[in-house]
Amino acid sequence: METIDDTRKTTAGPKPKRYVIDLTVNGDPRTVVVKGNALLVNVLRDELDLTGTKKGCELGDCGSCTVLLDGTPVDACLVLALEADGSEIVTIEGVAAHGELDRLQAAFVDKAAVQCGYCTPGMILSAKALLAGNPHPTEPEIRAAIAGNLCRCTGYVNIVRAIAAAAEVEAVVEQGGEAR
Amino acid sequence: MSDTVKQDYAVIGKSVPKIDGREKVTGAARYTADLKFPNMLYGKILTSPFAHARIISIDTSEAEKIPGVRAVITHKDAPTLKYGISPARWDENIFCIDTVKFVGDKVAAVACIDEQTCYKALAAIKVEYEELPAVLDPLRATEEDQPQIHPEFVRNINAEIHQDFGDVEAAFKEAHYVRTDTFVGNRTYQTPIEPHTATSMWDGEKLTVYSSTQSPHYFQYYIAREFGLPMGDVRVLKTYVGGGFGGKLEPTGLEFGGAILAKITGRPVKMFYDRAEMFAHNRGRHRQYMTITSGVDKDGKILGVHADFVMDGGAYTSLGIATAYYAGAMLTLTYEFDNFRFDMLRVYTNLPACGAQRGHGAPQPRYAFEAHLDNIAKDLGIDPMDIRILNARRPNTTTPNEFLVNSCEMKACLEKAREMSGWDEKKGKLPKGRGIGVATGSFVSGAGYPIYRTDLPHAAAMIKVGEDGTSATLYTGATDIGQGSDTVLCQMAAEAMGYTYEQMKIVAADTETTPHDFGAYASRQTLMSGAAVKQAGEEVKTQMLETAAEMLDFPTVDLDIRSGKVFSPGNESVTLTFEEVARHFFVNRGPLVGKGSYTPPKLGGKFKGAAVGTSPAYSFAAQVSEVEIDEETGEVNVLDVWDVHDCGTVINPALLEAQVHGALFMGLGESIWEEVKFDDKGRIANPNLSEYRIPTAMDMPVVHSALVDSYEPAGPWGVKEVGEGATLPTMGCFRNAIFDAMGVSINSLPLGFEKVWRAMKEQREEGAAE
Repeated sequence: METIDDTRKTTAGPKPKRYVIDLTVNGDPRTVVVKGNALLVNVLRDELDLTGTKKGCELGDCGSCTVLLDGTPVDACLVLALEADGSEIVTIEGVAAHGELDRLQAAFVDKAAVQCGYCTPGMILSAKALLAGNPHPTEPEIRAAIAGNLCRCTGYVNIVRAIAAAAEVEAVVEQGGEAR
Repeated sequence: MSDTVKQDYAVIGKSVPKIDGREKVTGAARYTADLKFPNMLYGKILTSPFAHARIISIDTSEAEKIPGVRAVITHKDAPTLKYGISPARWDENIFCIDTVKFVGDKVAAVACIDEQTCYKALAAIKVEYEELPAVLDPLRATEEDQPQIHPEFVRNINAEIHQDFGDVEAAFKEAHYVRTDTFVGNRTYQTPIEPHTATSMWDGEKLTVYSSTQSPHYFQYYIAREFGLPMGDVRVLKTYVGGGFGGKLEPTGLEFGGAILAKITGRPVKMFYDRAEMFAHNRGRHRQYMTITSGVDKDGKILGVHADFVMDGGAYTSLGIATAYYAGAMLTLTYEFDNFRFDMLRVYTNLPACGAQRGHGAPQPRYAFEAHLDNIAKDLGIDPMDIRILNARRPNTTTPNEFLVNSCEMKACLEKAREMSGWDEKKGKLPKGRGIGVATGSFVSGAGYPIYRTDLPHAAAMIKVGEDGTSATLYTGATDIGQGSDTVLCQMAAEAMGYTYEQMKIVAADTETTPHDFGAYASRQTLMSGAAVKQAGEEVKTQMLETAAEMLDFPTVDLDIRSGKVFSPGNESVTLTFEEVARHFFVNRGPLVGKGSYTPPKLGGKFKGAAVGTSPAYSFAAQVSEVEIDEETGEVNVLDVWDVHDCGTVINPALLEAQVHGALFMGLGESIWEEVKFDDKGRIANPNLSEYRIPTAMDMPVVHSALVDSYEPAGPWGVKEVGEGATLPTMGCFRNAIFDAMGVSINSLPLGFEKVWRAMKEQREEGAAE
């Protein structure tokens, strides 16, 4: 990793070190200069204008900032940008290919799994990671996979339905939603 | 039902996909915190570390010297006019002047080139405090020896309510059985996943504020009032809002502070709360202490009810006067009785202020009443379902506190819940450790009166048809915070115009471009904003039919429009497309525009507080839940919930069902886990999402939701509310299921595992002692 070591003094003391990091974000090669304490979530949102990645707690509790780091879902608020150097990152902006919704995205719209939409990007990325490793999960597996993504609007009912529909498996909640 | 108007609608009644669904699943949807403006600064607020303290001095000089700090402000830079969302008590200042009244009270603010510099600047502001004794126990707040929080409110009494309808004493004398129970609620927080954000900027004397708000109108009104600006020079708008649930209804320090910082620096300023600051700002659910006495006859018919409550208001009024009235007012809805007395004290404490949270004041009293009713049923040997059906409110009745109820299918909801849940096969027949409970709820479909006194209509709408008729844009002040109002209002517009949903566009919740609407609270938009939209759509339709009649040389009365086609019901050869007619109109007469507005009828009685709880229409709901208790640990596992709703005509079944899921989920969290806790210094002990535990996907039970047929004459196409009503029965329903399972009554919320375990332990020990 290249380090920009600027020895000039500033009025606030010695200038902090800067690091040059290379990321592949949604297939695009990106080079950014960051401070050592820069968080991946802030680099994505503020430097790369990928604001689809949301901030809800900045403590790794809510999952709104979930992105895929080399295929693994991570809370981008708990990852230093430095740690992601050389990695492939997928954010929500990289899920739809050429304007065509991914099957998970389409299922979220179709099953009314989106309300305020703030948890949706993280939720879809957690679900994507699940289906990548387990194409036909059971309902408990779906629930476990999104347990780190908090949603305050939906009670998760339609989110579980949407993921099940995308995975072409049957969810118990689907049978439950009888009645009308 | 005789008054049900069943029609074959073209657009409403269908589960069309959300109008903003695609934007939200692709990450394209921008929320306030996602907006960036050239030259923008970042702002943060310095808050009080003490629950109660006198401010001796504030020294901002060191902070101002830090490179990148562009402005530091205190009360000296801000208007000193007191404000609050409720004009009943304006008791807040933008920044504290003499004293701080809770941990988190606003003291100063900074605008800096980036967020990191903000934290350095906040740390460099020196505030000297003299700590004062604090009021932390609401039940002691009114005692003589307690510190006074607001000098003008003696004994820390923020509101005192005494309402008396009929003759409760006589009813108790006449009663076969009278019982009193006491319950305690919990302080909970709305917890939208999107933190509050506001970005303010000036263009000369005009202020623009992008805010994550539930009501651009109230923000505009209060910001204009605070800065002495004409309303026309204050533009408040939202982009997408990441949930509100009541917590984003009132202006915060972010709008006021941001406006001042933006004025001083001449640059846009983005202000935001982090998660802990959201908890401190609060405005969540009040903790209520509730004693209820009821008298019933030998069959269990309720003759009279006395509700005697105290609520912890926190340091300021917020919307709490209304909350206090709602707490009692909404108790009269689901069951019929003639005699009702309501006493309430809302007290100030040195804790964060409480306000309106989903169900506004009503869910905790509803829990208390439903638990109390089960106690009565058990004492009298009556099935809890039977006692509810016996007392269930009927349509076209008036409550003792003078709410006019038109449509009401309370009894049908209970009967359907009984059937769906298999109540009769389960009640009293489940294995030990399993139980089943029932509870009811009812909520307003919009408040009968606005938050401040005004004769403005409650909602207004405008529809502009594009010049070639291939699209139409709905302009509405209604505020979509995730519940889907943009979608259902476009469905309603298309239905009224004879157009298609797919061709609708929407511009919403911008005080400059959209007509006035009070916004998203009190479950008002489907009925109230919908009524204005329907009128606007019908005005478009009338003009379309007149134009088509001209074009076809055909009588207007013989023409109709549906799904974008103009036709004559009696003559198949007569057709025109919507586009042809709309274009003809534009060429000959200019823009094709329809407008509408809605003002509710005059509602309610003449007594003090009569306005709170009035509404053109009320939803009704019954819930049954089945729980399993782990006798070793007290763990409550909710297995199934059946929700049956009477919410009038349904505009979008999928979105309606989603509202039920969400409301029930929130009720589940409040029932079992959620509670904001404080240490002995008034500091929040759990201001984060790992220790303030909202349910995860693994906690959610199986939900079965259903509707009963209902048509509300006061609503457009017969609609009523759903968003808040489904939160109401949940807590009582779980409590009653636990009561059924183990015979233990959990008299305080949340119904946590430890409480259940302790109650079972006490029960065992009592059993052993006998």
